[in-house]
Amino acid sequence: MTGSVATRVLGAIGLAAAAVMAILALWVSPADAVQGDAVRLMYVHVPSIWVAYGSFVLTAFASARVLWRTRSGAGGTEGVIADRQARHWDRVAGAAAELGVMFTGLTLVTGSLWGKVTWGTYWQWDARLTTTVLLFVTHLGYLALRRLPAESRARARRSAVMALIAVVNLPIVHYSVDWWRTLHQEASLEIGIGGDRNYSGEMYWTLLYSWATFTLIALWIGIHRYRVLRLEELAEEAALEELLSVRRSEPSHDEPVTER
Amino acid sequence: MGAAVAFEGVVALLDRFPALAGVDLSVESGEMVCLRGPNGAGKTTLLRTCAGLVPLRGARAEVLGFDLIADRRTVRRHVGLLGHRTPLYGDLRVDDQLRHCAALHCASDAEASAAAERFSLEGRLMGVAIRRLSEGQQRRVALACLTIARPQLWLLDEPHAGLDRTSRDALDELLGDAVTAGATVMFATHETDSARLAAARQVTLAGGRVSMSAPAPGAGSSADVA
Amino acid sequence: MWREVWLICRKDLTVERRARVTLIQIVPTVLLILVVFAFAFDANPSLLGAGAGGLFWVAVLFGAVLGAKRSFDIEAEGGNLDALRLGGLSPAAILWGKAMALAVQMAAVAVFTAAGLVVLFSVTVTDWPLLLTAAVCGTAAFAICGCLYGAMTVGLRSADTLLPLLLIPVAAPVLLAGTRAFDVALGTSADQGWSWTALLAVVLITYVAVGWAAAGPLLEDA
Repeated sequence: MTGSVATRVLGAIGLAAAAVMAILALWVSPADAVQGDAVRLMYVHVPSIWVAYGSFVLTAFASARVLWRTRSGAGGTEGVIADRQARHWDRVAGAAAELGVMFTGLTLVTGSLWGKVTWGTYWQWDARLTTTVLLFVTHLGYLALRRLPAESRARARRSAVMALIAVVNLPIVHYSVDWWRTLHQEASLEIGIGGDRNYSGEMYWTLLYSWATFTLIALWIGIHRYRVLRLEELAEEAALEELLSVRRSEPSHDEPVTER
Repeated sequence: MGAAVAFEGVVALLDRFPALAGVDLSVESGEMVCLRGPNGAGKTTLLRTCAGLVPLRGARAEVLGFDLIADRRTVRRHVGLLGHRTPLYGDLRVDDQLRHCAALHCASDAEASAAAERFSLEGRLMGVAIRRLSEGQQRRVALACLTIARPQLWLLDEPHAGLDRTSRDALDELLGDAVTAGATVMFATHETDSARLAAARQVTLAGGRVSMSAPAPGAGSSADVA
Repeated sequence: MWREVWLICRKDLTVERRARVTLIQIVPTVLLILVVFAFAFDANPSLLGAGAGGLFWVAVLFGAVLGAKRSFDIEAEGGNLDALRLGGLSPAAILWGKAMALAVQMAAVAVFTAAGLVVLFSVTVTDWPLLLTAAVCGTAAFAICGCLYGAMTVGLRSADTLLPLLLIPVAAPVLLAGTRAFDVALGTSADQGWSWTALLAVVLITYVAVGWAAAGPLLEDA
């Protein structure tokens, strides 16, 4: 239903790339001298946080567009166009936020597994980790807000505001958490996952390759999510005509004889 | 004066349900309109739509000269709506609520007490929390608030329900005064007491559309009611 | 505009004066949080003393969640928000009026919480100006934030359970900065208390700006 030739090709390439990536990451690239095999988690961890941040940026951008388009509130054809564009950006925001939450979750899981192996603990109250988990929870809330049934325009505006507050809040969160940890921590973490260490050639190329693979797959999923959301709206539009005719053929009694 | 309400093919969706399925309705300024129809015919939604509170689409939707399709907000301050729920703060006392309404609509204290008097809310009742009042008494407070607002278009959903005889008469007199002063009144009702409604044009809704529009049954006697 | 803000604020405060929900429900709940924390920390005086600053802000945050919920419950009841819209009030006036009233109520909650800390956890204040400035900035920020999210969820089904999920992550910086500032003011740490208070002020200003921008899209429609 939601596939087109282009997205089928995209999907096939993405899946093939993922298979190749698994081989590169698990066999071709070497284990790290310090971190051992745990370094292989980096090939999932680093690209997923990239996809996650990219998705949240897209959500914020799309949300700004939603507010911009619903602001005019003009009638006539101009209003119809503005409304259609607002709906388009609302779908983009929704699809991107879902991707973002999914990949942030993946980042947190791989990160804490890696931390358990390397640091000996699942969690560190490090600035980046704390900011990421707050970002994750904020966008979970955003998705929960979107799920609630409401008039579509009001819902679009409301969730757009929420996404923008999350973005405005992000630097404050990051700054305060960063400050909090640097003041109170004994030493910053020596080894960070995917930090600025010297990697061997294979590791570098594998990382770059998995970055491209994740971007492809995220695009593929995102486009499909967008199309599903659009189909839902089209289905509603189609159902409206039928609902209208059912509604119009309701019986007319002058007086209230039927209690429903 | 022109039309107070001019609707052509107005559709209003409530949570994807077409509560209004293409309403064509024209109401002149100074007219009194009685909406009839079975439960779920769309009377309440039509009233809320006229108040600019419901998203709508359609060929034409003007209320008091404001185009609702372009802008539903500006019309609101000229409209008074009493829905089937009573919009009052249950924790406030009657006098608090009336003071709040007067401040909201920039009315003087004298106007507020006149409105209270109209629905016999003086004395002991003024100091009682609204939550403790009976249903009918709460409706009277809401009607007093509406009186304070002095709207150009009165939209009332079952205004007579739950009111005692005196308050019904006070309400009828109030609506009559409003129409005389040039305001327009639309109300939905299941009442059959035709003497009370003699002055009103009867509009019947069914299935989210206007199915019938008849002139006032006792058009000649409208003057007595007013 | 200010007339409208004052109108809403006065109305909300009158509701509180008549019903006293903040005073007889929210304040006791917040005090209960302090007691429960004492259980969690095994009533260990040194632990409780060290955590008092943070506990204050956690307690006030939960008070703000309840207060914001209550503040918009009274508007959802009986369609009062529609009545305000029909009165021609601007969305910004509604938001700021409610935020002001909520800030006053949260200030009361904060005073009772502080008193509770003094009595239950025997804390001593070493820097009053710092404590008061931080408390005012943080409480106001909670109030504005609470009203923003209250307005966002008003009238929605399951708004009760959604509000804390939305509000708490966003309030995290206030929690952090407020806690650090209080730790200094209560003499349990030698941090840069005024810098943290400055951060609180920055957060407050940010929320004021967000409130101005967001009031329209959040409240102008049914």
